[in-house]
Amino acid sequence: MDQLEALEAQSVFILREAYRSFKDLVMLWSIGKDSTVLLWLARKAFFGHVPLPLMHIDTSYKIPKMIEYRNRFALEWKLNLIVGQNAGALGTGETFPEGKVSRLQCCASLKSEALKHTLSGEWPRWVLDHARGDFVKEESGEPFTGVIVGVRADEEGSRSKERYFSPRDQHNEWDVGEQPPELWNQFKTDFAPGTHVRIHPLLDWTELNIWEYIERENIPIIDLYFDQGAGTRYRSLGCMPCTSPVDSTAKNVRDIIEELRSGKFSNIAERSGREQDKEDRSGLETLRRDGYM
Amino acid sequence: MGKSATEQMNIVVIGHVDHGKSTVIGRLMADTHSLPEGKLEAVKARCASDARPFEYAFLLDALKDEQAQGITIDSARCFFRSQKREYIIIDAPGHIEFLRNMISGAARAEAALLIIDAKEGVQENSRRHGYLLSMLGIRQVAVCVNKMDLADYSQRTFESIRDEYLEFLNEIGVRALDFIPLSAREGDNIVEPSDRMPWYAGPTVLDIVDSFVKEQGIVNKPFRFPVQDIYKFTESGDDRRIIAGRVETGSVQVGDEVVFLPSEKISRIATVEGFNTPVQSQAYAGQSTGFTLEEQVYINPGELMCKTSEMVAQRGSHLAVNLFWMSRQPMIQKKKYKIKLAGARMPVWLRDVVTVLDASELTTDSNRQQIERYDVAECVLETLKPIAFDLSNDIAQTGRFVIIDNYEIAGGGVILDTPKCTGSRITERVQQRERRWERSAITPVVRADRYNQRSTLVLICGPVGVGKEKLAKALEEDLFSRGRYVYYLGLSNSPQGMDVDERGERDEYIRRLGEVSHLFTDAGLILIATISDLDDYELETINTLNQPSDSRIINVGPSRFSRAEIDLQIDDLGDTEEAVDKIRELLTAKEYLIEYYL
Repeated sequence: MDQLEALEAQSVFILREAYRSFKDLVMLWSIGKDSTVLLWLARKAFFGHVPLPLMHIDTSYKIPKMIEYRNRFALEWKLNLIVGQNAGALGTGETFPEGKVSRLQCCASLKSEALKHTLSGEWPRWVLDHARGDFVKEESGEPFTGVIVGVRADEEGSRSKERYFSPRDQHNEWDVGEQPPELWNQFKTDFAPGTHVRIHPLLDWTELNIWEYIERENIPIIDLYFDQGAGTRYRSLGCMPCTSPVDSTAKNVRDIIEELRSGKFSNIAERSGREQDKEDRSGLETLRRDGYM
Repeated sequence: MGKSATEQMNIVVIGHVDHGKSTVIGRLMADTHSLPEGKLEAVKARCASDARPFEYAFLLDALKDEQAQGITIDSARCFFRSQKREYIIIDAPGHIEFLRNMISGAARAEAALLIIDAKEGVQENSRRHGYLLSMLGIRQVAVCVNKMDLADYSQRTFESIRDEYLEFLNEIGVRALDFIPLSAREGDNIVEPSDRMPWYAGPTVLDIVDSFVKEQGIVNKPFRFPVQDIYKFTESGDDRRIIAGRVETGSVQVGDEVVFLPSEKISRIATVEGFNTPVQSQAYAGQSTGFTLEEQVYINPGELMCKTSEMVAQRGSHLAVNLFWMSRQPMIQKKKYKIKLAGARMPVWLRDVVTVLDASELTTDSNRQQIERYDVAECVLETLKPIAFDLSNDIAQTGRFVIIDNYEIAGGGVILDTPKCTGSRITERVQQRERRWERSAITPVVRADRYNQRSTLVLICGPVGVGKEKLAKALEEDLFSRGRYVYYLGLSNSPQGMDVDERGERDEYIRRLGEVSHLFTDAGLILIATISDLDDYELETINTLNQPSDSRIINVGPSRFSRAEIDLQIDDLGDTEEAVDKIRELLTAKEYLIEYYL
């Protein structure tokens, strides 16, 4: 069994364990490579089906191609897709760079807040109607208590301490010191009413593993990751104002793998193009404690 | 397969607090050039601006809490690559407060580096962690004697620590691969052999890490497949009924005969299922996969699938175990806990504490009734129903378990043996009841004479939604109108199906049904009750509680029983009247309904 097979087997095991244990389960899909690999692993786990809803938090600052890609595959793979948004903050313009807020405040409001209230069902959800091929607004909904997220331990320090099954209290808070033990693939699947759980099937994957798996499985991935001829590409996808492309001529998955293995990116962190990480040196950890993915 | 043939190995670094675990890892990463570009410089610059000395441990202690306190709180994972392969290095906390984090980290590992401070020597957690490693099943351990720079690189210091710790390891039956003297701060014997310790000619830390071997042979062990779930995505137009899970050990092929334990249902592998993969005809250890069966069997998630041609798993409700307790609340007797063993989840009780071990001092105590936090105890557990398992020495993967208390994983353990058990909870309960019960002078025979009937419990079983309640009511009416003393117990079915009954609500219902039917049958009545998905062990419980009366089983639709004798099988409940007639004939033939003789 090679490394990718072992990683796949573990992720599939975790997804099935989550599906068995939690009724109100949802998977976050950011359209990026990691959560798309996660979506593919769900199709592996459930033999071609995706028997749980997917949620995308749309900040409205996403690169337009991402939304096209999202809608195309949601229809093709018959996904139960739910979209959420912080309509309030967008309405009053409390966003970066136009509004008087910092990058981190903008992230907290358009991502963390929107996610929290869409998960809880307090804010409207836009649900994909496959018959009409369009989204239908639902004013309120049932809360989700299990959330599957595609974070990886190698992304940055605070993520390296996550469990596969990680509890959050009612306020979405994460207590790093008091995490439950995980022994021999027995995860925390018992929860008191009112608490909920984040599930991290990709924790052991590295950026390189992700691309190697995309290549092996031939997963359709959004082309923003590839150089279209201008000598730049995105290494990590986010909102337009805070994500810059990197200089690279990698035109396909194979080129990216080479670049990560032995080329120019073999020693440079993936999130180096994400500006919000640089504002506060523990910015991401603060955001994570407050529920950021 | 693709070109990714690289091997990956999980290694945990453990030891007493402050003995330098994070420093060893930081140094190992820095000296093998495994750090992201600029990371080392950035941390050094940060230390300079905060006016404190740089330490390699800061590379790992990424969280604010840890930098402030200078200790590792949770197990951090870092990735590192040698010439040979890739590693996930798990930095486990050494502080006693965070022992469960250490356990979580270590339970994921295939090999361990145990760090001992040359100046402080062997400490409490050096021993405790060493013991826990053996319990967690980690066989490959190398011991690093760190901070040799603070001990003048003294050979005598190194050897005296080595001898002391070797003696301890011998006592607990663990063999260390090697002892390495090193200084992580100065980089001695981490990647390069140190010229400051010419008396040492053994391997460096990197050498030893590269010499650990992957666990071999799990594919040659008997086949074990815990059933994680059973999928049927009919609403998406898919009619396959797929038994999903991960092969823990061994392998299986299409056509192999398999048995599910504890239910003992037997079938044959029809297909190996997958998505975006070529058709497979076999599955082997490590794979998360799924199967369809030639003949459908009525089973729940949590059963263990084995091959009938090999040694199958054991089955029983009493387990002699070695258990490690992590919760603040001690583990006590007569309290209901939950056990998770492979795919099974079930209520469990602590029956007997044999000995409790202090894992840091290796002293034992045989007079304890309960198990305190951080104790390691040899004890006997009793599960609600028989459970499938292996002894951990035979197959580790299906010979270990965790205990849930109040939603938390509170303990973990390995199965040592099957104890010679002395009765179960249920028989004890009945004995107790019989001792307290003041029997009346009117015997069952006298009652039967008066009522012209022998009392019994008529249990109508079968899956949810096959019309059991309707049949029960019709039967009650029919017997009543014929002058019989009969009662339909409308206590409804168990609130949930048995696959979701992890907290034992169904167990409570079964117990109550047994006790209630004992009252009714003792009073001379014919009691009718319905229950969904009853299995052999639950029926046994009801029968034990219902003593000295007996029961008759009417089963509607597919049956979950493997052993229980069904008195009347009704495949499809089309005509209720006809079914009622058949039950009445059965009760007459078995002489519960006594005919008048004139």
